Amino acid sequence: MERPHPLVTGLKAVVIVAIVVIMVCPLLTVVLTSFASPEAVLWFGVWPSSWTLSAYKSVLGGGIVTRAMTVSVAVTVIGTVASTAVTAMLAYGLTRTRHAPGLRGVLWLVLVSMLFSAGIIPNFLVVKSLGLVDSYAALILPTLVSAFNMVVMRSFFMEIPAEVLDAARIDGANEVRVFWSVVLPLSRPVMAVIALFYGVSYWNAFFNALIYLNTPTKWPVQLVLNQFVLQGSPLDQMENPDIGATAPQAVQMAVVVIATLPILLIYPFVQRHFTKGMMLGAVKG
Amino acid sequence: MTQLTTSGGSGTTSSPASAEEVTAAPRSATPSLGTRIWRERYAYLMVVPGLVYFLLFHYLPLAGIVIAFQDYSPFLGFAGSRWVGFDNFLAFASDVDFAATIANTLVISGLQLLLAFPLPIALAVLLNSLLSERVKRLVQSVVYLPHFLSWVIVISVWQQVLGGAGAVSQALQAAGMDPLTVMSDPSTFKFLVTAQVIWKDTGWGTIIFFAAISGISSELYESAACDGASAWRQIWHVTLPALVPVISLLAILRLGDVLTVGFEQLLLQQPSVGAEAAQVLDTFTYFRGVRGNDWGIGAAAGLLKGIVGTALVLGANRIARRFELGGIL
Repeated sequence: MERPHPLVTGLKAVVIVAIVVIMVCPLLTVVLTSFASPEAVLWFGVWPSSWTLSAYKSVLGGGIVTRAMTVSVAVTVIGTVASTAVTAMLAYGLTRTRHAPGLRGVLWLVLVSMLFSAGIIPNFLVVKSLGLVDSYAALILPTLVSAFNMVVMRSFFMEIPAEVLDAARIDGANEVRVFWSVVLPLSRPVMAVIALFYGVSYWNAFFNALIYLNTPTKWPVQLVLNQFVLQGSPLDQMENPDIGATAPQAVQMAVVVIATLPILLIYPFVQRHFTKGMMLGAVKG
Repeated sequence: MTQLTTSGGSGTTSSPASAEEVTAAPRSATPSLGTRIWRERYAYLMVVPGLVYFLLFHYLPLAGIVIAFQDYSPFLGFAGSRWVGFDNFLAFASDVDFAATIANTLVISGLQLLLAFPLPIALAVLLNSLLSERVKRLVQSVVYLPHFLSWVIVISVWQQVLGGAGAVSQALQAAGMDPLTVMSDPSTFKFLVTAQVIWKDTGWGTIIFFAAISGISSELYESAACDGASAWRQIWHVTLPALVPVISLLAILRLGDVLTVGFEQLLLQQPSVGAEAAQVLDTFTYFRGVRGNDWGIGAAAGLLKGIVGTALVLGANRIARRFELGGIL
């Protein structure tokens, strides 16, 4: 390939740098602000003149944010395990459509569900009539299985050579055994991708908690974040007596940082697997 | 990518199974239905939890649609509430918020199709033209990141940078100027929403185009270069034509989704700009139905959206099929 014109190269570099700055600077601003001490002046609105960890101390000192983090972590872990397990079982069962009468109908039921949604209110009424309102189960059960994830997993399972599975069956393994000892070990990459998909969506989930939880002490961190940072209502003074002493903006940003941290921690894995998974899906088609 | 999975789904079902059929079909004595079911009992067992989930949380709610035709009261339930025919739909159509709700939904959707949709294509082509693999990887990991942040976090970050008390405003005030008002200005709100979508999802949107670009044979570029085509002309005559099928498919699917605009994103920002600028069909359903206890009207608005939306998705798929671009079912 001929060398591109230096002017073109320069222009590209400017655009790339601009993009990176636009993406990174806002996040950096948030992190820097969270370390500002109460009496600090923010130079250019960004760089604190004096630094402190007091925002983090007050937020993690056992108040509502600490509790919300616990709720979010628990819901994410339990939800991810449950969702991945149920999705994998469903996906494997539905690879048997040719052998088990009726399963083709179940497959269609799942696929067709991607085309419509009954809507917010009918869904709310079902959750309510199941007695799940104000329970943590309401944060998991209504979004337990994603049809999209099931389809991705199923098409991965279908790629496993039939001879491998038949060999296990001839050795007397039943389908549960085949699934557990043959299919799952061969499917680690897709299991990782799907588990990450579920994990991120449980961590980020906001709306279900908003409509199904009435008790603020049960709130996950996204809801606390909304109430405290976006709607500007103070965290309960009784729960966090230090808050008055800290620059409120620093405290707000500390909550943002804490709520983002888990995503940042798993991001390297996420990026590798997700893009691979997306490519996988794309190439498959 | 949507097309892929499902067409992959239906495509793959037939292929491995056909091999199975060849061995099974010639046998004259087919086992009885009962035997076949018993033999696959574990497959049925594994399907049960997932099936129950879909029935409970996707199909059972369909029954709740009836309240769109009722003067629903939670105390009386479905059975006790009065039937009112299409009154809820008429009430929705003559509601003071009706015109703004429909207009906001369509304008925001249109802006996103016009401004946010083309950017991933441009970014993918740009990144693909970079010679250094390391720079490309680095930029990719930066631009994908916001896709994984929740809307609450994204809006908090924007608030901190562009809000009235945010970084830019503080800097402006230090220089003796007025603080910014973009985060709470109803007149520019639709552009703000579009800009947020661009910031959050442009990077992620490039992935599907990367997949398409990586499928282009390098011979095409080599022969174009031999014919003296510049880098620009190679993009114009080789890369973009190869992307046309993906672009058309995504555009059609997006059109099928025209009534769905970032629900959480709008819900979260409605308090700061007001309903006049930020009410869309989904938020109307939420505020009227769930919050305002106007169950009937909320359900009617939701049902209207559901029917038109499903029809559009099906129509979009049909068009995609007609042009042989694939489809989701």
